[in-house]
Amino acid sequence: LGSLNCVEWSLLPPATEEMVARAEQLKGRFHGDPSFEYECTEINAEDAERLFEGGKELMIKEESRLVATIEQIDRAVGIIPRGAFVKTPLGSVHENRNFEGLSLTEAKKLSSYFHFTEPVNLKDKTLLEKADLDPSTDFLDSLEHDIPPGSWTVQLEKGDTVVVLRSLLWLGLTFYHVPMTKQYGYVYFGTGEKNLDLPFML
Amino acid sequence: HGPYQPHEPGYGLYQPGYSPYDDQILDPKSRTLAIQNAKAFLLKSSTASGMNLYDHLANMLTKILDEQPTNAVDIIENISKDVKWAQFQKKMDTLRDEHEILPTFEAAEKRKALFLKANGEGDEELEEEVGETPLPNVMETAFYFEQAGIGLSKDESYHIFLALKKLISVQPVRTCRFWGKILGLEMNYIIAEVQYHEGEEEEETEDEEGIEEGGKGMGEVEDEYEKNEKEDEPPKSTYKPPPVIPKEENGTGANKYVYFVCNEPGKPWVKLPPVTPAQIVCARKIKKFFTGRLDAPVVSFPPFPGNEANYLRAQIARISAGTHISPIGFYQFAEEEGDEEEEGGGGRDTYEENPDFQPPSVAEMVDSLSTWVHHGQSILKQGRCVWFNPFQKSEEEEEEEEEEEKAEEPDELQQEIGPPLLTPLSEDEGIQNIPAWTAQSSTNLIPQYAVAVLQSNRWPGAYAFAAGKKFDNIYIGWGHKYSPENHAPALPPPVQAEYPSGPEITETRDPTLEEELAFRAAKEEALAAAEEEEDEEDDVEDDEEEEDD
Repeated sequence: LGSLNCVEWSLLPPATEEMVARAEQLKGRFHGDPSFEYECTEINAEDAERLFEGGKELMIKEESRLVATIEQIDRAVGIIPRGAFVKTPLGSVHENRNFEGLSLTEAKKLSSYFHFTEPVNLKDKTLLEKADLDPSTDFLDSLEHDIPPGSWTVQLEKGDTVVVLRSLLWLGLTFYHVPMTKQYGYVYFGTGEKNLDLPFML
Repeated sequence: HGPYQPHEPGYGLYQPGYSPYDDQILDPKSRTLAIQNAKAFLLKSSTASGMNLYDHLANMLTKILDEQPTNAVDIIENISKDVKWAQFQKKMDTLRDEHEILPTFEAAEKRKALFLKANGEGDEELEEEVGETPLPNVMETAFYFEQAGIGLSKDESYHIFLALKKLISVQPVRTCRFWGKILGLEMNYIIAEVQYHEGEEEEETEDEEGIEEGGKGMGEVEDEYEKNEKEDEPPKSTYKPPPVIPKEENGTGANKYVYFVCNEPGKPWVKLPPVTPAQIVCARKIKKFFTGRLDAPVVSFPPFPGNEANYLRAQIARISAGTHISPIGFYQFAEEEGDEEEEGGGGRDTYEENPDFQPPSVAEMVDSLSTWVHHGQSILKQGRCVWFNPFQKSEEEEEEEEEEEKAEEPDELQQEIGPPLLTPLSEDEGIQNIPAWTAQSSTNLIPQYAVAVLQSNRWPGAYAFAAGKKFDNIYIGWGHKYSPENHAPALPPPVQAEYPSGPEITETRDPTLEEELAFRAAKEEALAAAEEEEDEEDDVEDDEEEEDD
């Protein structure tokens, strides 16, 4: 769902892999006009031939770029606190109604937050580590092993009542959680550009 | 549905005396037996927790009857859980538990100092406030920015307000402004921009001046060494570091304002050191996150001269120079004669408020960028606002120079001129095809009370608003400039030549066999030719001798 003025909302198309791949090559700010078309000037010769053979256009609409960016952000830095979602033995994942929030000490640690996407690193853990995990709650990648290390900042605000995590890879992504309560969430306010200079900045 | 089995959920509902099978138990004896059996079962302790169901149900019902919550049936599970949890609390203990200090309490203690009125000022304070107070009305500016969707929460704004009040009661300031907030990895920075009363500034330490003079002295000594160089000594370095460009005086140019930072309102304010041009030049080449600790080192290439406090100050200077704007006409140049041509044509650098300011309407301010002007002086490439000619030497040194004209026209540096003060925003260059500023009105629905808002695209996080006669600038962000290309750190310079290579020290190639033979043949010919010449000369001398006789 997207809108330009918070009054009229329109349904955005779901993102496809191909859209994401093409949108990654675009740089620069968004224009604010969903039907604006970008030219792909950075495709090398091989890709261009492939695309021409497929009969597809070289122009990307801003709408697709928007959708692809949202998908990328969700996939890369969409996070949830540990225990908020549980996995049943049948494999389905759903919200944990008994989730009461993290404690203050837990909330300060990066390992108590997970990426809300298909886990990539779980299988690589050693058997010792796997023995400690609880399969119903620890089925996602934790933030501890994000590359580069240090790409999240953890801060306590408002007199230690709210813990705020900010992503440095997508500048503008802010996640909040009130410890010992069920409240958590993340929002993105920003220009929609990945921060590729991150390794230089740390 | 037969009598409930233990594993079925309806088990606890079975109450003696109300069973649907009452009619089956006719015998009062067996009935009491059934009741006793049931009660015994309920009293059976659980192996896991040592409690029994009978007591638990009794406690729960007692609690419900005491508290009489609404909709008890809906929250019965929570009540059950709470009763179980209460088992773990010690009731009365001879040892009093130490009252656990909640972290919120600690944080509140820190902030408490802000909320206390300063002691011992009393009446004097009231008199001061009647006049002009340098304290800015942070809440009012926060309100306007909130219309635009920018800003900090009300709590935080109020804390900052009180912290600023504390700052001006401690330092002798003339004007004070909340500059903004820079986010960091561990902690954030809250920054206040301050101008001192004239004459109240602290004196500069003389360390920096000493270093400058030392540098120039070194250059001269090295020259002498080169002249006296003998061939035995190893070659001295001919490297002369580029002349150190002095920083601008406090109160002018890039150091016009003094900045104070604190990590959180309630913590003491720390003054940032004035910025030097070298720091600004280096800060343009690097891009680093702030950690939140002012003494953290900045590890980068090219190496940054200073620690995080200096880097922060340099970024603040760049942001202020690039994004501090005001509606046109608010500030005007002071009417002083002879100010137009200052040293090197730097232009005017002072302005004052225009008492006859007529604010343009909000619609005008949003539509065209020429209704806004920069009132922050832009920083030249050199790192200063007013260009400094480093090759100007004092009169004593000029005598050593062969040509006096050389000092005025340095080979490498040309005078740098930046855009003069109070240039309108329409002159700002965009980045590729994006304009440098984006203007919006805070609301399209109520134009009478709308606020014109500008956000900078070059420094994402810098905002300015104007509403009638009020305007302000603020920065909330990470402290970095926007560039569509990725940051490419400077490459290390090429390795310097160790020594000048010339024909004297270059090894010549060994001659090949043919060359040697040719050389020998040529030598023999030369010898033969020389002998012939000697014979001829002898003949000539003999002839001469004969003639003389």
